[in-house]
Amino acid sequence: MEGILKELEDIVGRRYVSASPEEKYIYSRDQGLQEPHDPDAVVLPGSTEEVQAVIRLANRERVPVVPMGGGLVLSGLTIPQKGGIVLDMKRMNRIIEVNETSRYAVVEGGVSQGVLKAYLERRHPGLKHSLPDAPPVATIAGNVAIHGSGHLSQSEGGFHSEMVTGLEAVLPTGEAVRLGSCSTVPGWFSRAPLPDLAGLFLGWNGTTGIITKIGIKLFPKPKMEDILVYMTGSVDILPDLIYRITGTEMAEDMVAAISPKPDWLRGFPILLITVTANSEEEMAMKVGIIRESVRHYYQTMESGFMPVPPYMKSQFLGAPLKDLSKFADVMKGGGFEYVGSIMPVEKLPGACSAGLDIAEKHRVTCSMGARVIGRGHCMMFFNAYAFNRADEDNMARSALALEETNRATLELGGIPWKAEAPGQQDILRKMEPGTIQLMNRIRSLLDPNGIMNPGNWEAR
Amino acid sequence: MEILNFKPELCAACATVDCLMKCQYIDIDLEHAREESLRISRGEDSEVLRKCVTCYACEEYCPFGNHPFYRIVDLQEQLDLLPAPRPLAESQVRMMAPRGTISKKPVSFPLVDLCAFPMLKGGIRGSLFSGVSVIDGMDIFCNLMFLHFARSSVIRERLPQITKSISSCYLEEDATREVICYHDECYGTYTSWAPAYGVDVPFRPVHLFQYLHERLLHLKDKIKPLNLTVAYQRPCSARLIPEMEHYVDDIFSLIGVKRAERRYDRGSALCCGGVMEAQQRFELAAENQEKNIADMKQCGATHAVFNCPFCFYTLMGKTMKEGITPVLMVDLCHMALGE
Ligand SMILES: Cc1cc2nc3c(=O)[nH]c(=O)nc-3n(C[C@H](O)[C@H](O)[C@H](O)COP(=O)(O)OP(=O)(O)OC[C@H]3O[C@@H](n4cnc5c(N)ncnc54)[C@H](O)[C@@H]3O)c2cc1C
Ligand code: SF4
Ligand code: SF4
Repeated sequence: MEGILKELEDIVGRRYVSASPEEKYIYSRDQGLQEPHDPDAVVLPGSTEEVQAVIRLANRERVPVVPMGGGLVLSGLTIPQKGGIVLDMKRMNRIIEVNETSRYAVVEGGVSQGVLKAYLERRHPGLKHSLPDAPPVATIAGNVAIHGSGHLSQSEGGFHSEMVTGLEAVLPTGEAVRLGSCSTVPGWFSRAPLPDLAGLFLGWNGTTGIITKIGIKLFPKPKMEDILVYMTGSVDILPDLIYRITGTEMAEDMVAAISPKPDWLRGFPILLITVTANSEEEMAMKVGIIRESVRHYYQTMESGFMPVPPYMKSQFLGAPLKDLSKFADVMKGGGFEYVGSIMPVEKLPGACSAGLDIAEKHRVTCSMGARVIGRGHCMMFFNAYAFNRADEDNMARSALALEETNRATLELGGIPWKAEAPGQQDILRKMEPGTIQLMNRIRSLLDPNGIMNPGNWEAR
Repeated sequence: MEILNFKPELCAACATVDCLMKCQYIDIDLEHAREESLRISRGEDSEVLRKCVTCYACEEYCPFGNHPFYRIVDLQEQLDLLPAPRPLAESQVRMMAPRGTISKKPVSFPLVDLCAFPMLKGGIRGSLFSGVSVIDGMDIFCNLMFLHFARSSVIRERLPQITKSISSCYLEEDATREVICYHDECYGTYTSWAPAYGVDVPFRPVHLFQYLHERLLHLKDKIKPLNLTVAYQRPCSARLIPEMEHYVDDIFSLIGVKRAERRYDRGSALCCGGVMEAQQRFELAAENQEKNIADMKQCGATHAVFNCPFCFYTLMGKTMKEGITPVLMVDLCHMALGE
């Protein structure tokens, strides 16, 4: 490794390579429940050319490479399971272009959600991008690499990977490629009409290459936002509520929360409905249409809209939701992981009851919820487990609960999202053999030496 | 104990049925009103129980003090006729539950009870409140808001303990001690609801306005008349304690404020609409809010004066949009003292 470290230093500069024990310790783990594993080196490239040079070296030496953005995936996907190099992308944090008229931004592979948000607020106040509720250091590339979702996923077209307008990626053999319109003409406006090769890097958890530039859709930013909170006494009506409200096309974001805490929420699932508008009249109209769509429910007085005083609204408004990060540390002791399950909306009651059973069986605290994706085309259902890292028993029980939740998700007809390596195996066991073969062929074609994030999506 | 002192014979003999005839939300003729009032007094289902928006006003309208509103709420609960969605009511019951963490604490007097509104502490300052102690928190929350949710039982269950806690933790069980109730709702609880249900109040409640009035008299030399025309937004709980109403005028006259002649003030005050939103009566809530704001504007008010924090939060944005400054009564008094 000595010689390789020296070569790495020559590529990115001494300051940006480390094999010190402290650094290895930090990069060996995340906030979740997967086993830590030390990398051999941490490298921070500053450009596409540097990424190419590092990858060529790693490919030549058959050293694993694990791309990492914010490292906030929680499910161990940036833990170097087989050692090698963690390629921390944070230095590649330039915003290359914002096309105001065609509403897209081109950013480097290490640009964080927070940086793009701040940049747009300052330079393009009429535009925004869809933010996940992850802490703002999460990166745009890391998020699309796992099919993330966020506060515009309901209203503006689904998963963040669906909002990608073009990619520049470095292949596991070191070549840089451009995908989408940017491969042919200067603009990064669309993936159509060309054969859609961007999919080779979306949802692959960094196993097919390194995203070095990314075009991402931007959306109009209305001047006002408000929150409606619909409270029910049962999860059973949530799918129909979601169906009706998404049918109005008036809501920007919709998240269901089924939480045992605080105590006053226990047993009362709520639907948080964000509405945006450019004028009071528009807001009143949208809110009125949404209310009308569920009138026959609230008229029974078994569910209804909860008044939210202005001082409480801020807790539900704004992206990312600040309180979610606080909640993630509710057990104190810095442990948090959730099973995100992509599943049809009608599975919500089943997912809730499975989640409750699992939490009770393993005696863990579990908050559940679901972000609606598209016009209710599916949802990202989450079973969130907060645990105390200093409490081994608590961690072990949370790990068992998590594994069981992955299996329950598949049984219910959903698919665990950003699944940990064992969860990926659960998925692969259910997958069509033909699909697995295709994945394997693509992997071996792109990455003949198997250096990219080994241990992930390894179909046996 | 804890049974409403309601006399059916008063209703049977009542000629005017003011409780329903004056109701701003139920359109009814005298004969029909009499039938419905008799149903209510017999403890039967009545359309009033479904149409009532829990504005508290009939407590004030009944010339015999027969507690028609408390009776309505008791019946709504008994017959499970919910004015607001069940999960909202249940979750509020839990959210506002006593925490059981209250303990003895030395306090100085006067003692101001902020109920469940610690966010109002900022107003307890300056020469108006020099030397006072403030108490607040869920363990002393009056719980009267559950009248809006058809949950008399919650008040009945919690209030005896709450009054005891206040007395034993802060007043050394001295029943002559005074507690200044910031919110009309608390004062209404202790002087109207509690006696109506036979709940003992082992201290002397004093309304904030009475206290402010006395202090302002004391500080008279410091007052610089504000020369403002204000719209007073009378809260629902003021209906329980009409005897305190004159203090609004007394305070305004001391600080040089003209109480605008509103259509919706005094006996015809109109609910801010906040509770109606919880009751899913959105059109009515919006209508009330529009009427209130238009009325404030029309009578030339530059300021909208509130005492109820809930009304304040509900209407503040809308008043500001119309160029009317929302202000709490205490802050208006601070302004007059130049503080
Ligand atoms: C409190 C909290 C709330 C969250 N809410 C959301 C949410 O609402 N929506 C959501 O989608 N997620 C959410 N997450 C999960 C996660 O934090 C985000 O998805 C985050 O965007 C991941 O980005 P990252 O930069 O941290 O990725 P990382 O953890 O660094 O990486 C994720 C994966 O992408 C790969 N990768 C990273 N960078 C690249 C690259 N340049 N090229 C190729 N592959 C790469 C990695 O190898 C890894 O497999 C939340 C997390 C927390 C802690
Ligand atoms: S409550 Fe009062 S006003 Fe109403 S009918 Fe009875 S006595 Fe008359
Ligand atoms: S509380 Fe108000 S709405 Fe209800 S009956 Fe009395 S006056 Fe009418």
